[in-house]
Amino acid sequence: MAKVVFTPNIQRHVVCPEAAAAGGSVREVLDNAFASNPQARPYVLDDQAVLRRHMTIFVDGRAIRDRTRLSDPVTENSTIYVFQALSGG
Amino acid sequence: MNDTILVSTRKGLFWVGRKNGNWEIDQVDFLGDNVSLTLTDPRSGHHFVALDHGHFGVKMHRSTPTGWEAIAAPAYPPKPEGLEENDMWGRPLAWSTARIWALQAGGTDEPGVIWCGTLPGGLFRSTDHGDSWEMIRPLWDHPKRKQWMGGGADLPGIHSILVDPRNSKRVWIAVSTGGIWFTEDAGASWTQRGDGMRAEYVAPELTHDPIAQDVHCMAQCPAAPHRMWVQHHNGIFVSSDEGRTFNEITGVEPSTFGFPVVVHPRDPDTAWFVPEIKDEKRIPRDGRLVVTRTRDGGESFDILTKGLPQQHAYDVVYRHALTLDATGDRLAFGSTTGGLWVSEDQGDHWSNITCTLPPIYAVRFV
Repeated sequence: MAKVVFTPNIQRHVVCPEAAAAGGSVREVLDNAFASNPQARPYVLDDQAVLRRHMTIFVDGRAIRDRTRLSDPVTENSTIYVFQALSGG
Repeated sequence: MNDTILVSTRKGLFWVGRKNGNWEIDQVDFLGDNVSLTLTDPRSGHHFVALDHGHFGVKMHRSTPTGWEAIAAPAYPPKPEGLEENDMWGRPLAWSTARIWALQAGGTDEPGVIWCGTLPGGLFRSTDHGDSWEMIRPLWDHPKRKQWMGGGADLPGIHSILVDPRNSKRVWIAVSTGGIWFTEDAGASWTQRGDGMRAEYVAPELTHDPIAQDVHCMAQCPAAPHRMWVQHHNGIFVSSDEGRTFNEITGVEPSTFGFPVVVHPRDPDTAWFVPEIKDEKRIPRDGRLVVTRTRDGGESFDILTKGLPQQHAYDVVYRHALTLDATGDRLAFGSTTGGLWVSEDQGDHWSNITCTLPPIYAVRFV
């Protein structure tokens, strides 16, 4: 299962512990991670389940390209970092 | 008399209380967070607070006996696949709550009902004290909704919601920019209102088009709901027929530009405004912060200055940052430069509570 790590900045608002979740894409992994922590989902994704404008996600050190469908591939050994961007806020 | 004020600021929610005749900051919640608006529901006693976490989106919390609890924020429905809808700038319009800009309790006969207006123009209704929200689709799907435009913000938004005290199914909303809309079936159908308003900032063909009107704030007299006051982008307008038609009030010094308006709870002819130099400057004229008050339906206005800074004051008072208590005697307002003032005598005299708060977005008596 992929490892998902959330930015410390989000922890002030909602508990987001590191998670292990299955899936072949960022979308699948996040859906599974949020299934056990639904309160955290709207902090990362907007009403259309699109990555919030000032959030960013890295998979194995690379920023994802598909911020809408979150289709970037993930492997069993991937590490996903959910960060806030430096912009906005 | 209301002895507590909730002050929503860029950096937290401040509780201001009156003790022994003095107003003081009692408590700060959500320190460091962007608090855009509060509502105190007079039926349940709940306080609601809207937060804008920027990176992390818009959130809502509700008071409990021991603190605050996170509740659902209004969320837009899934955008249909393939639907292309752009904002006035040609950018794709995100169906997502960008700001909570209006919170209003429903009628006394419908406990639990809360109305919520948002950017980019969605109106929501909760029937369970904010546990869940339902978008009012007939308004969002109204073909004319797509003609709404941004004003001060890039996106259109609903900032004023008035529930008829005689019939809770009758609701008026005001949009910046999109004029006034009315339902008499709790949102199932909507009609445009607001004939007689005038827009200076559009092509001449659209000057009197009700949908082109940039209403900054709309207020209704609870004891005389037919009377409505509007602070508009380029003037002050008043209606005596539930918003069907408006008359413009002209010749008001120092200005008819501003954002907020409040109306006395029992006297529909008494209303207060905070004027600014229009529109490209948006600061008090001559650096003098004043409140204007009419007691005769707009025939004349008092310029209220006692206790307010009269030199080098550049305070802007946003549309939700002026408030009136249930007696109609106490007023409070807050400014973008962190000033907070209270009057106990309908604005004749003002007391400064603080000048050092973060930028103030909303002021509400509890």
